This record gives sequence, structure tokens and C-alpha cells, in this order.
Amino acid sequence: MEFKGYKRADGRYGVRNHVLVVSSVSCANGVVDALGRIFPDIVTVQHAYGCGYGPDDWGTSFKMLSGLVNHPNVGAVLAIGLGCELLKAEHLIDAVEGKPAEALVIQQAGSAATTKKGIDIIERFIKLLERQQREPAPLSGLLVGLKCGGSDAFSGVTANPSLGVAADLLVGEGAAVVMGEVTEMIGTDHILKGRCDSPALGEKLQKLILGHEKYVKDALGELAGLVIAPGNIDGGLSSITEKSLGCNAKSGSTPIREVVDYSARPAGKGLIIMDTPGYDIDAMAGMAGGGAQIIVFTTGRGTPVGFPAVPVIKVSSNSNTFHNMKGDIDVNAGSILDAGKTVRDVGREIFECIVRTANGNPACAEANRSAVFNCLKQGPTF
Amino acid sequence: MNSNALKVNPRDNVVIAIRQIARGEDIVVEGVKLLAAAEDVAASHKIALTDIKAGGNILRYGEPIVQARDDIPKGQWVHVHNTRPIERI
Repeated sequence: MEFKGYKRADGRYGVRNHVLVVSSVSCANGVVDALGRIFPDIVTVQHAYGCGYGPDDWGTSFKMLSGLVNHPNVGAVLAIGLGCELLKAEHLIDAVEGKPAEALVIQQAGSAATTKKGIDIIERFIKLLERQQREPAPLSGLLVGLKCGGSDAFSGVTANPSLGVAADLLVGEGAAVVMGEVTEMIGTDHILKGRCDSPALGEKLQKLILGHEKYVKDALGELAGLVIAPGNIDGGLSSITEKSLGCNAKSGSTPIREVVDYSARPAGKGLIIMDTPGYDIDAMAGMAGGGAQIIVFTTGRGTPVGFPAVPVIKVSSNSNTFHNMKGDIDVNAGSILDAGKTVRDVGREIFECIVRTANGNPACAEANRSAVFNCLKQGPTF
Repeated sequence: MNSNALKVNPRDNVVIAIRQIARGEDIVVEGVKLLAAAEDVAASHKIALTDIKAGGNILRYGEPIVQARDDIPKGQWVHVHNTRPIERI
């Protein structure tokens, strides 16, 4: 199957063609914010990183932001730096390949003059991108993120298994799908190990999951049960394994082909596991940094969050949330509970929604301009 | 016939109620009547499809999730009151 996307120099396809303006450090956020108010249709990313942290966090944020400036949904990039920070705008721009990219440094000209220069650059970028056309692209060119958040008792019954059907359809088309949230895999390491396509990969994944379990126990002590617990005994979940299988259900039934680090770009196709925490925004940042052009996000309680430059498709597990949060949810898997649909029916609906979104149809979170940014940070602030 | 339960994986020995099911009510999956509920079961909870011996695995998503603590006759509610976690080797 095909969709129409923007072909990039590195062979990947964008499902959007955004101008991205990004801070290299939080001190530059004011200029990025000003440019976003002048050009409301560009994508801006302001954040709390770029300085005052150790090498591990610097590396994580640099890898994630490099992935974002190189993201196939981004057609042109302007990075705004301060000048004296650790993560410099020039370094971000150096990481960009095959598309217009520029850096401005506030300490060289001040906020007002930097903003003025930024306006000229963005106007030029917009004109350049207007001339680019979508072209036929194979569905195998997609990398789709699989996410769940604000889960309820029905997430593992309706929405996640339906997303699993869509994931299998995508993999059947030769595409890649990436599931993160290793915290939500605790209790299923022995099962996921058996789904890996080689014993060595199975060992790697099991070690990763057991490592997250230890991390949660060490960090939270007696409170670890809040994370490592069936989650919803009233909702019918009898063990941590059952709860985590409900999360894993969104990965479908195909073999696990790769296990990648946070924000790393997968080498191949099929089902990929990424080392991300469960926290919604940090998990989406990892997938976006790894190049996911679309994220599908299932939710029971409901959440409006999207991510900069990446369409986030929402699937509700029940019809109440779909109706309560009208305009935030793209697909209602609650129709399995009250409208006679099967998991396969809704899986097909999600798949069709992914193709529509790839062709340019805005997801609810995009229409609502809900583009929330955060990135994994684990060390101290200095 | 309207379905009131879901079977997630063909290997499963439980089904999931998608609404409150009353004792004696037929359990219907994708339009097919499978058995009668032996007790009241709340929505999103599990019901045994077959007789499960004490120590036997409960399979959901095609995988063992818990072990039966007592014999669980088919049609019964399956939860923490009659199961225990599976010991990891």
C-alpha cells in the first residue's frame, strides 16, 4: 500500500513538512516563543534543557533534539541558542542533513535583533517548503510509535488489542512499529524474551526489563508497589503480568526484531522495542527522536497530549471518554463494548486512520495545537 | 445475538466480560453462545471457559497470567480470590 509523503535526502518520508524552530537551551525560549507568536503555523519547541546538567543528560537531550531536527516530518530548521550553553545551536544544526538549517545566537545580537533575523529566515523557509510536493511513498516507509497512557480497566480489553491488530497490519506492509514504556513491561520479561527473533536479543530485552524493575524498586522503596502492581484490581486485573500483557497487547503478535536505546533510530523494520520510561511525554519524545512519523496513543481516562511535528492519534478504550473529550479522540475502541464491533474491526479503523493521517489529515491533537514537549532527564541539575 | 464478552486469544481459558453479567446469563462471544455464567461478574473481569484444576494456569492474551489456587469450575469468576501469582523460576 502507498501514501503520499515528502521524500527526504536520507530516503525517509515525512508525513508533514514543518518549519521547526527549536531552542538549544531554556535561556533561548523567549525568542522561540516570540517567533511562534508571529508564525502560528510553524512548530516551535521550547524546553528546560541545554545547560546545568551532567554528560549523560546532555547526551540524552542532544540525541533527542538531533533526532527531532533531522525528523522526516521537518522540512527546515532554525535553532536558537544563547551562546554560553553546553548544548549549542550550532551543534544541533551540524547534525542536520539534507535540508535547510540555520542557527542564531542571542548573545551575538540580543533578543530583538535575533527575532528579526529569525523572521527573515522563517519567511524564506516557508517559501521553500511551499514548493515541495507530496509524492507516492510505500507504507513500508513508516515508523509508527505505539503508546498508552491514562489507562483504565478496558485499555487492555479494547484499545490496546485493537492497536495490536493495526500494528500487525503495518508490519505486514513492511513498516516498522516501535513500543516503549519498559516500566509497563515489568512482569512479562520471560514472555517478551520468547517473542524476540534471536536468543541474544531475548536476553538483551529481559535484562532491560529486569533493570527497569530494579531501578523502580531502588528509587521508590516501599512505594514501588504504586508502579509495579496489577494497577487495577477492582478493574479485574489479577497480577502484574496480566496488567503488563494488557500494555504489551498494543504491539500485536509479530516477532520483536530490535531493541534500541532511548531516541535511537531503528536499523530495520518490524516490531522494535525502545528503552523509554512510561511517562507519556518522555516516551513520545524518545519515539519522535528515533524518527517515528506518527504515534498512536491509546487512553482510558483520556488525554489531549500531542507532540511537536509528530501527529499523535488517540484511541479511547471506552465511549464515555470519547464523548466526554469530544474533539480530542480520533478512534473510539469503546465501540467494541457498546456498538457490536470486534477488535479486528477497530484495528482496521486505526490502520485506516494512520494512512489518512500519513496523507495529511490532521489528528485531533494537531487540530487542537496540543504539542507538548519534554525529554528524559535522570541526573542532577547543577 | 449481542456479545457480552471477549476472548482475546484462541488459547485463552478465560473470557473478559464487556459489561456486567448476571448469574445464569449466557456468555456470548462474537455472537456465539459459549456457556452460562455461574455467578455475577463485573465488566472487565474474567470468567472461566473450562474447568480449571487447582494449580492450573489461567491463560489470557495467550499467556499464563496467574495460577488457580482452588479448582475453578467453568462459568466462574476468576480473580485474586481464587488464583495466585505464578512462581518465577
